[in-house]
Formats: sequence, C-alpha cells, structure tokens
Amino acid sequence: MEILAENRAVHADLEPAAPCSNHYYLNMGPQHPSTHGVLRVLLEMDGEYVVDPQPVLGYGHRMHEKMAEHKDWMAFMPNTGRMDYAAALPYNHGYVALFERLCGIEVPARAEYIRVITSELNRIVSHHLWIGAMLLDMGAFTPILYTFDDREQVLDILEDVTGSRLTYCYFRVGGVCKDIDDRFVEKTRAFIKRQRERFDIYNKLVTGNIIFIKRTEGVGIISPEMARRYGVTGPVVRGSGIAYDVRKNEPYSVYPNFDFDIPVGRNGDSYDRYMVRLLEMEQSLRIIEQALDQLPDGPFLGKVPKKLKMPTGDCSFAVEAARGELTYYLVSGGGDIPYRLKIRVPSYSNLSVLPELCQGMLLSDLVAAMGSMDLVIPEIDR
Amino acid sequence: MPPELLRMIIAAVLVVAFVFLNAMVLGYMERKVSAHIQRRPGLMEVGPHGILQLLVDGFKLIGKQLVVPEGANRFLFRLAPILSFAPCVLPFVVMPFARKLQIVSMDISLIFILAMTSINVIAILVAGWASNNKYSLFGTFRSVAQAVSYEIPMLLSLLSVILMTSTFSLQGIIAAQKYYWFILVQPLAFIIYFISGLAETNRAPFDMPEAESELTAGFHTEYSGMGFSFFFLAEYANMFTVCSIATVLFLGGWKGIPLPLGDYTGIFWFMLKVYGLLFVMIWVRWTYPRVRFDQLMTFCWKYLIPFALANLLITAVLVKLI
Repeated sequence: MEILAENRAVHADLEPAAPCSNHYYLNMGPQHPSTHGVLRVLLEMDGEYVVDPQPVLGYGHRMHEKMAEHKDWMAFMPNTGRMDYAAALPYNHGYVALFERLCGIEVPARAEYIRVITSELNRIVSHHLWIGAMLLDMGAFTPILYTFDDREQVLDILEDVTGSRLTYCYFRVGGVCKDIDDRFVEKTRAFIKRQRERFDIYNKLVTGNIIFIKRTEGVGIISPEMARRYGVTGPVVRGSGIAYDVRKNEPYSVYPNFDFDIPVGRNGDSYDRYMVRLLEMEQSLRIIEQALDQLPDGPFLGKVPKKLKMPTGDCSFAVEAARGELTYYLVSGGGDIPYRLKIRVPSYSNLSVLPELCQGMLLSDLVAAMGSMDLVIPEIDR
Repeated sequence: MPPELLRMIIAAVLVVAFVFLNAMVLGYMERKVSAHIQRRPGLMEVGPHGILQLLVDGFKLIGKQLVVPEGANRFLFRLAPILSFAPCVLPFVVMPFARKLQIVSMDISLIFILAMTSINVIAILVAGWASNNKYSLFGTFRSVAQAVSYEIPMLLSLLSVILMTSTFSLQGIIAAQKYYWFILVQPLAFIIYFISGLAETNRAPFDMPEAESELTAGFHTEYSGMGFSFFFLAEYANMFTVCSIATVLFLGGWKGIPLPLGDYTGIFWFMLKVYGLLFVMIWVRWTYPRVRFDQLMTFCWKYLIPFALANLLITAVLVKLI
C-alpha cells in the first residue's frame, strides 16, 4: 500500500481506483520476465482485464544526451552503441552521418557499402533476438534457441570485423575503422544461404502454429490514424499498412542503389507486426547480397582532418534503425563539444501507444502486444 | 508385527520412494529432452551426462530457507505444499504396475485416483491465497477455473470407457482389453482425455497458473526451498498419474509382448507406455506457445465437453445395441 501511495504522489495524473470499485493495481516490472529490461508498467486491473496500463520509465536512465554536451564529440561515439544494444550499428551510422553532413565530409563508396552491409546484418540480428523474445513472452521456449543459433553466426561475422559482439563502435566520421576482407564476404554469403533455409524452420515452428495465430491475430490493433498520432515508426507503423521507411522515404548512404521492398501489414495487429519483421529480414538479406555483389574497391576511410571543428549551426540526420526512425539532432556553437544533442529513439514513440492500445485487454494480450512492439528499454531510457 | 501391517509399511515407503524417484527421472528427462529439442546439450556437469544433477538440486532445495513473506498466513502458507504433495502419493497405492504388482486392489480404484488428484486444486487455492501476493492470487484464480472446468471432459471421456467395461477397477479394465486396446475403439475419448490431462496438470500449452511471462511464477511465486519442491514433486507425480490412467484405460496397461514372470515383469510395458506419454507431454510443452486464458476456457466448454458428451452418447447407444 505504501508503494501505491508513493506511485500516486509521483504520477499525479494517475487516477486512483474508486474506493468501491473492484479495480486493483498490479505492478508489472521493473523486474518482470516479460518487460525485457527495467520497464515498469503499472496496471490498473479489473480481474483479468487491463483497465489502464501506465508505463513508468527512468530505471535505466544514463543521461546519454547530457553526456553528449560534456564530451568531445568523438568521445561520445561509444555511447551511441549503448542505447539500443540489440542493433547498435544504425546508431553509429546516424551519429557519424550527422557530422559528415554538418562538416561536409565525403565518404568513400566502399565505406558506405560496408556500412550498409553491417547495418543490415545488425538489423537481422536484432530481429532474431525479437522473434525469440516475443515467443518467450507468449510461452514458447524453443524458438529463442533456434534464432540465437542463427544470431551467433552473424555475431561471429560482425565480431571479426568490428571487434565486438553487441555494443559496436565501428563507424568513423568519413568511413569505418576497419576494412572487410574476403573472409567476411565469404562468411556473409554462407550466412545468407543458411538464413534463407532457416526461414522455413521459423515458419513451421511459429508462423503456421494455430496457437500463435490465435494469440496474435486481431490483438493489439494499431490503426494508421493512431500510428500517425503517436509518431510510431519502424515495423510497428509498417504493420499498420503505412509503408514508411527512412531507407526509401528519405534515402541515405547508398540505399538508393539497391532493389528492395518495404513489407507492410494489413490490419495492424500483432501478427502483422510479426510478419513485417520476418519479411524485413528477407529484404535485408537481399540488400546485403546486392551490396556484396556491387562492393567497390577503394579506401574504407576518407580524408578527414585530424582535428575536426564543428561549424556553428544545427543539423539533423535520420536513419532506419531496427525499431524505426532514429534521428539525431545537433545544435552546435562551434568547437568540438555539441551544445545540445537530441536523440529521437523509435521505441519511445512506439511505447507511447501502449496505454491507448492495451486498454480493456486481457493481461496475456498485453504481453503479446508488448512483445510485438519490440521494445528495447535502455533505448527508451537512454 | 502382523504381516499385513508390515506389508503396508513397506508399501508406503516404496510409494514415497517411487514418487521421489519419478520426480528425479522425469525432471532429468524433461531437462534433457527440452535441451535436445532446443539443440543444446543440457545437463552435462554432475555425473555422466548430468544424471546426478537432480539429486544435487534436491539437496540444494532441502538446504534452502523457507521464506514466509510478510503479511502471509503462516499456517496456510506452510500447509499448502503438504496439501499438494500428500494426495499425489495416494494414487500410487492402487496403481496396477503389473498383474501382481498392485499394493491395494480396489473396486473403485479409478474413482479413488480421480478424487485424490482433484485435491491438488485446493492446495493451489490455499497456496495462492496464503501468499499475500497478487501474482499468486492471479495464478490461483486461473488454476481453479481451469482445473474445475477440465475435470468435466476428463471424466466424461473416461466414462465412455467405463460404459464398455462396466467396472471401475483398474485391473478389471486392463483385463477387458484382452484382444485390443481401447484407444482403437475410443480414439476421441483418448484425445480428449489427454488434452484435459495436460490442462489438469498445468502443463504447457495450458500452463496458465504459472505462466511466467505474465505471472512471474503464478501460485508458487513466493515459495522457496522445500515448499517449492513439494509443488514440483506433486506436479511430476500428477503427470505420472494422468499418463498411467491413460495407459490403463486406453493402452492396455501392463499388457505387451509376454516376458518371463509375466505377473511381475508387466511393469516394464507399463512404464514404457507411461513414459512414452510423458515424453509426448514434454514434447508438446517445448514446442507450443501458451494459449490465452479465455481461449482455454472456450476450448473446454465449446469443444471438449460437447465432443466428450457426444462420444459418451454414441458409446452408450452402441454398448446397448451390441
């Protein structure tokens, strides 16, 4: 009861349950098996039904944005990989591309290709993790071991070239810090072949499963109007039928050189979001395949002045991270420490749908709907 | 000491020992099978292929402190695991392991077993209520609703076999399967029984009461040490009981290819069939996602019960005609 009183004091907007109603509060998190990290959802419940879910954030807050204002801009680079730990390379990409745009630095073609290949590999890794985690939320223990088997293959490839397995710090302003070699190309091609065969297993184990379909179809429907209202991006908005993808709508890097589709859902339910991500993995494989075929020779790091001074002004850059649109917005007052760095992370907007989406749902559906959003909490709290 | 009393004491010791042994074998089997389903080696550390792991786990659990949460009803909290475990031992008293390997032969042994396994619901209710934890209470509500509903199709499906044999004695039912196993004539009843059995023992995909991604651990969230292990033992004992009823009623019990000393060695075929069914249970658990609670109830009331009733009716008519 003390905790509840405390909650009410902290969240003044949260209406306490009427004294004579049968509603009660259930604290889901911050330590709970299906909140993946330290998200806490305060649920007002009526029996099995969720009346009002309120996400409570801040348990993993590390002041990344503030850190950016107190560090040499290059010293902030490793922080970018520590926000969305499941897909760190797009975060690297957005950050370095921001400075390239601000300072007008040319990036060699080979570097851009390497960036695209590794970013897409990272996207696949992230989706591997998500399939496993979502199915784990829904009570299936086995798929995560299968996807992790595949995930390990990619992590090995990425480890060879980037030096780390999770929180990458691989891209540099003007290119990347290490060139890829024939072994990398060979292993990536082998992985593409392997992964294409593995989709068959995923489909047999999960997609066609009657229980899985019954649990996800029509659950957690996000209408296109609702998605726009909350600024939802990534696979979640594409699941609602809006083909919005930064790689197509606001192309960056060498993405215009590749032929790939943007899979979209029809109903905007959890099942569509699942299908969108699964199809996205196939599209990522297509992009990687084309990039490997077209991979140009040349330097992997462009000519960048030793001491890079930022011009005064502001600049923003958006990339398509694994979870949606990631935007860096930087205000510079000259020198090498940014005045302000705003990071717009996809999971934050995606999570903001939750209270409206999950009203009147069953607790089990809430877990399934939250799983289909693919939230990474350190990214939300950053 | 009168020989009958001595016999009862030996039998009681054997039954309890068997329950513990079964939990260890089944626990090992579950972890090893799930590991291989998930493409990993599983237990490998303690003993060859980790066969002693469950023994070590048992000692660890005995050594653990039993924490009683603040605000819990101490008496009921401590009572619940015992209440869960004790009735699960009793079905083994009437279990027909072989023609002559049955401790007590009762005319109503089937009813006795069903009555004993149903007591588990009360234990779960007590555990969830006494824990003073919302997740526990949640798990309890689900469990009681589920167990009470699934009891109906379970009994109805068993009743269609009883109509054919007109006896509740397990040995009698096995004897009635002289020429063919009843699964051949009652396949629907077998399927309904097996599904209800999964739900009765709170096994996936019907493991609502302990759905850990929703309810952390359901009714036994607050239990540690031996409190937890009694629930664990009870779950595995219940699984064994459910599968052995299926074996007796549908798969011919201890019948099989005759072995020397057939009156006693029938236990080999009995165990083979029971563990075969248990393997299927484990297989299902590690393959399917969990169903939703309302879907679970819908499935029971809209599909299983009507089908079980229809099956019973058809059986009754056919038995009358033939």
